[in-house]
Amino acid sequence: MNPEIDRRKLIGVALLIVLACALPFFIANYRVFQMTLVLAYSIALLGLNMLTGFNGQISLGHGAFYAIGAYTAAILMDKAGLPYWATIPIAGAVCFVAGFLFGLPALRLEGLYLALATFALGVAMPQILKHKSIEGWTGGVQGIVIVKPDAPAWTGISQDQWLYFFTLAWVVLLFFLGWNLLRGRIGRAMVAIRDQPIAAQAMGVNTALVKSLTFGVSALYTGVAGALGAIAVQFVAPDSFNIFLSITLLTGVVIGGLASISGAFFGAMFIQFIPNIADEISKAAPWAIYGVVLIAFMYVMPTGVAGFVRLVRARLSRRRGAPVPR
Amino acid sequence: MSKDLLRVSRRTALGAAVALAFTGNAFAQAAKYGPGASATEIKLGQTMPYSGPASAYGTIGKVEQAYFKMINDNGGINGRKVNLISLDDGYSPPKAVEQVRRLVEQDEVLALFQTLGTPSNSAIHKYVNAKKVPHLLLATGATKWGDPKEFPWTMGFNLSYQSEGQIYAKWLLKNKPNAKIGVLYQNDDYGKDVLKGVRDGLGAAAAKMIVKEVTYEVTDPTVDSQILTLQGSGADTFIDITTPKFGAQAVRKAFDSGWKPLHIINNVSSSIGSVLVPAGVEKAVGAMTINYYKDPNDPQWKDDPAMLEWRAFMGRYYREGDPKDPSNLYGYLAAQVMTQILKQCGNDLSRENVMRQAANLKNFKLPLLLPGMTANTGPNDFFMFEQAQLARFTGTQWQLFGDLISTDSR
Repeated sequence: MNPEIDRRKLIGVALLIVLACALPFFIANYRVFQMTLVLAYSIALLGLNMLTGFNGQISLGHGAFYAIGAYTAAILMDKAGLPYWATIPIAGAVCFVAGFLFGLPALRLEGLYLALATFALGVAMPQILKHKSIEGWTGGVQGIVIVKPDAPAWTGISQDQWLYFFTLAWVVLLFFLGWNLLRGRIGRAMVAIRDQPIAAQAMGVNTALVKSLTFGVSALYTGVAGALGAIAVQFVAPDSFNIFLSITLLTGVVIGGLASISGAFFGAMFIQFIPNIADEISKAAPWAIYGVVLIAFMYVMPTGVAGFVRLVRARLSRRRGAPVPR
Repeated sequence: MSKDLLRVSRRTALGAAVALAFTGNAFAQAAKYGPGASATEIKLGQTMPYSGPASAYGTIGKVEQAYFKMINDNGGINGRKVNLISLDDGYSPPKAVEQVRRLVEQDEVLALFQTLGTPSNSAIHKYVNAKKVPHLLLATGATKWGDPKEFPWTMGFNLSYQSEGQIYAKWLLKNKPNAKIGVLYQNDDYGKDVLKGVRDGLGAAAAKMIVKEVTYEVTDPTVDSQILTLQGSGADTFIDITTPKFGAQAVRKAFDSGWKPLHIINNVSSSIGSVLVPAGVEKAVGAMTINYYKDPNDPQWKDDPAMLEWRAFMGRYYREGDPKDPSNLYGYLAAQVMTQILKQCGNDLSRENVMRQAANLKNFKLPLLLPGMTANTGPNDFFMFEQAQLARFTGTQWQLFGDLISTDSR
């Protein structure tokens, strides 16, 4: 790897974090809340991207893990009286186990068959959440209202700003860990399984283990995102996590850019803001507008926004005669 | 006496309007404005499911925007134009939270109006009350929207599910006191809400009269076995608290099994087109339900002046809307009530006064309600409608009968 480029990348990331920290002081609280949701979605998208982009397994049911994470946080706060910050790792752990267990049998399924199996999970989740036997915890169709955490007094910032920074901290941590994981041995194994499963196995990669671990880690990320999203929204109900959420997440991954870490942010912006813009344009057919935008994106940026940005950067540096960044 | 009250409030309003016209600026300075209100504009906000699973209800938001367009074309309310900002929430609670926060914090609306759906409204319930934003005329039937002590900024619009249950109970107590009642209800907050109304209405007689209660889940394929259980219990009266798909199944099975009880079917499933026709209209003859506003498909209102006025409005301001869809009439009614509340506010357009006036509707007449019905609220009574009339199915239409029945005042 070129150390010159590595240093430049590091400076770029540091600059981005500084910008992200300054942002909530320049925009209204409601915008801060929207950006908090973008951050939460970006974690979920990174998780799904590990599975779909890097490992080549398509999931149409990640909304279910988002829901499990959200409900875990809500139930722990509402019934067990846990502080909000303590619920996030637990939500992640619960989702890791759920994802790993779901990943085991799902291993036998390839491509579209796996997509259908996960689709079933996504479709079933809202109804499972309404089921009588767990109604005492989940609140049934009524859902659970969560109390919004206050910022510590010494910070002097609003609740929304505090939640933004809390979520941002998780983003930095999880993206750092994800980046480490994906560029290392396991990341290479994941990509190898996606591209040449038989060759990967011949090279000594434990395909089964890596695939179910990927499923587990992916679910963990999505679960943490669900918990953060639930705390920001202050409410969970089965209707919040219908199958459309799963499809939206997959859309975000593809729009952002498959197998790209920075793509998670672009995808998150897309799923957060494009529906609002579509609604502004037409009340009669917001989804038609959404569809047109989606098709336009796919035409103009077939490798996602991240791929497009990479392409533009490559062109510019070639013109300048600088070495082409990877 | 009630008539006198109405006259007084009208005279006061007229007086205020005249005073405004004469004193112009001087009076405008005395006017009070909360966020979203000014001398020229009143900003209202709402979320609607323009996309998503409940998008059929999106027409309510559109008809309401059309109504305020008409109001504005005719000079507005006390000289101010109404600007209703209507946003899509896709029937998703998190989206509703986001959009309502936008309406309150960015657009700074004076009040929320007709936000639709129980889940979406549950999600914003605490927030709007903490922010002290009037959360008015919610488009849902849940009874929890009428709780002025805990949630003084939230007021529903629909006849509540509990009121509906009470009305059935009251009619049975009076007309069929020896009824043996079997109840089928959907196992969620809506089903339990209606059932609670039935039980409360029957009072001490509930234990004796209700011989069997059975439930179904929205995920069940049919309710056939539940109907047979009710038949086996010896019940002769069937209170059917179901949503349309299950309502149609219940109508058919209760007839085909040879049970043929007195079938009381709740308003949610009373649509002729989507419930009774699929079930077979001949199997529904004699079934009962309640109504509280006029049905645009009912031939008896064909030449009703209020109905003609509504149709003219539809033709002029909302031509793409379906004049057969009762949702368009419902939205028109809600917009009329909102207009009345804003009229009563006069020149004090603070959020507190909007809430005060919303809780101060005295025998407000709406010609599209059933004859004799009015809207009434008070500081301790956040239920707009507490009356309804029973209707019997003739095989082609719902025929109203008997008097208006009121629920117990709370």
